[in-house]
Amino acid sequence: MRCFGCLCCYNNITNWNEYQFLAEESVALRTLFDKLWDGHEVRDDGDGASLVAIDRVFLHERTGGVALKSLLASNRAPVDPSRVYSVMDHIVSFAPDRARDDARSPGGEVFITQTREMATKAGVNIIDTDDPRQGIIHVVAPELGLVLPGMSIVCPDSHTCSLGALGALAVGVGTGDVEHAMATGVLRLKKPAQMRIVVEGELKPGVTAKDVALHIIAKFGADGGRLRAIEFAGSTIRNFDIEARLTLCNMAVEFAAFTALIAPDEKTLAYVRSRPNETFAEYWDKCLTDWARLHSDEGAVFEEEIAIDAADIEVMATWGTSPEQAAPVSWRIPVRDELHGAQTAKANAAFSYMGVVDGEDFDTLRINGAFIGSCTNGRLSDLRLAAAVLKGRKVADHVHAVCVPGSKAVKAAAEAEGLDKIFTEAGFVWGSPGCAMCFYAGGETFAPGARIISSTNRNFEGRQGPSVRTHLASPSTVAASAIAGRIVAADPAILKVVNS
Amino acid sequence: MSVVRTSFVRHEGVAAPLLRDNIDTDQIIPSREMKKVDSSGLGEGLFAGWRYRSPQDRAPNPDFILNKPVYDGATILLSGANFGCGSSREHAVWALREYGFRCVIAVSFGSIFQGNCARNGILPIALKREEIEEIARHVEADPAAHHVNIDLKNERVELTGQSADYSFSVDPYDKRLLLHGADPIDLTLQNKPVIDSYLSEDRQNRPWIYV
Repeated sequence: MRCFGCLCCYNNITNWNEYQFLAEESVALRTLFDKLWDGHEVRDDGDGASLVAIDRVFLHERTGGVALKSLLASNRAPVDPSRVYSVMDHIVSFAPDRARDDARSPGGEVFITQTREMATKAGVNIIDTDDPRQGIIHVVAPELGLVLPGMSIVCPDSHTCSLGALGALAVGVGTGDVEHAMATGVLRLKKPAQMRIVVEGELKPGVTAKDVALHIIAKFGADGGRLRAIEFAGSTIRNFDIEARLTLCNMAVEFAAFTALIAPDEKTLAYVRSRPNETFAEYWDKCLTDWARLHSDEGAVFEEEIAIDAADIEVMATWGTSPEQAAPVSWRIPVRDELHGAQTAKANAAFSYMGVVDGEDFDTLRINGAFIGSCTNGRLSDLRLAAAVLKGRKVADHVHAVCVPGSKAVKAAAEAEGLDKIFTEAGFVWGSPGCAMCFYAGGETFAPGARIISSTNRNFEGRQGPSVRTHLASPSTVAASAIAGRIVAADPAILKVVNS
Repeated sequence: MSVVRTSFVRHEGVAAPLLRDNIDTDQIIPSREMKKVDSSGLGEGLFAGWRYRSPQDRAPNPDFILNKPVYDGATILLSGANFGCGSSREHAVWALREYGFRCVIAVSFGSIFQGNCARNGILPIALKREEIEEIARHVEADPAAHHVNIDLKNERVELTGQSADYSFSVDPYDKRLLLHGADPIDLTLQNKPVIDSYLSEDRQNRPWIYV
């Protein structure tokens, strides 16, 4: 079992002692993933791969425009353009007063204008910058009801696995793959091995889905879910609302997963039913019949299982340059002696890039910036959580703080509740929806060497700008740290009110 | 794709060891280097964060391996675990290809990156860490002369002037794409009748998907 006194346990990628290897073979019993796979399998190629029918293709201007361009240049057309959606999110300016074609990186307008042109030529659905539905694809797609349980979805974006939170088979792929899916209606995929991560029990106050994700990645390594289709299950997951589930599934790619899944339940149905998309309403009974089978059969076999006790999970932040280099905020950065083998070399490089000293406490790390937003933590519940911490307070003088809601709908809903006032009065910039500062694309960012606390998903070298040091955390930790000017967790008493 | 497809049967070339784990696609091609809605024009941005002293003046960083004269014309990259993790951008593969790489030998790969390789003429080979370190030691002794030879047909890696060789396995479909420089869309469209019959049946079963 995990030892509590030693940080190495959080970072030990070889410590697999909570895995249960299930040896029993079963033919009739199927996992949720098996059912999604079987339902979409057009042809078994007989070599471990199949042609899988793709129900929806989502594109964005950064990597989707080039797929459309290539498709059209080859004199091909989408099999069914009505099932393809193209959004603007990656390069759009997040300035509060942005114009239609404004990009956040020099020369970036071309991605917006050319994607629009190609999408128009190809006849696919466009959610343009000036559309009230605009936002980050992984925020917008569930929000608009474009994702339904049982669907298969591809998008040339690694965080597509977010959408598995609704019980959909959602796979992040390359540009060539979405071109393939548009041109043929199918994609050749190798059936991945499967893993189930069961989280049971009640989380400590202040611990969020983001902390659960960082806990898992820190404990089993950034490579721990390698190519697995991962189903999250257990009472903790069932107690999560849909937005928390989207956050958890979003981070699965940082665990090297093929995709993530959560079986649809009453919460999923209520969520889906309340979306603006009414096109499936006339088939609701049929949908319910179809979706009722979308769960793993009792006794179905997973190649690997991890059991996690929710009570073991603390409020987390990363200290290094991989999401696996994370530890509880109330603890400290590991000391070199606690690391082993390959970890040591990686940690040494990370200590140097991050400008941290081994054994240092998180709350001694002075931050220069704070960012709240992204497909991981840019939804209304995230903003509510952060606002609860920020209400009536000010960010530290030396902190440049930015909040960018994940979509225009999130922004409007937050403004209707007065959250924008809380953010701006605390000293946050309140930006226009998009991926914004989650990743650097040239253009405005934090200064080289700046230490940033961020509600995003990647803390890789240079991710938020040349030499920028990123610490990943939940929105409430980002808000609390922005106020303190150091990396600290929020007072759980404040968060309890929001959660209830 | 507008990619020029060339077949890959055997390849011999200079190998450059970049033995780090978790080299993500943003290190391979930084987002700021993606300047056009195109799969070309990316070679110059390959590893830009490491290769140049600053993104603006483009002065080569002499410490970076690909800037060392002995690794001129490198076509094979040696790396650690989880190479190509992170962002799904196929631009990482396009940039490697345009620079001249035909093969990446690593402990493991980011899954989307790995899937993007073969259709763009790059062979991803997974070997054990010790094997890659052994190859790197051999190469480093005299990079320009100690070439690495890849025999895709027989799935073997050989070293010039050494008897040791290493076997690898490659997905048969990827092998077919590489050996013949085939277009995966054309291969799939050979199954059009079965795709069409799936779609017409599925339209009956799940009409809400097709509205």
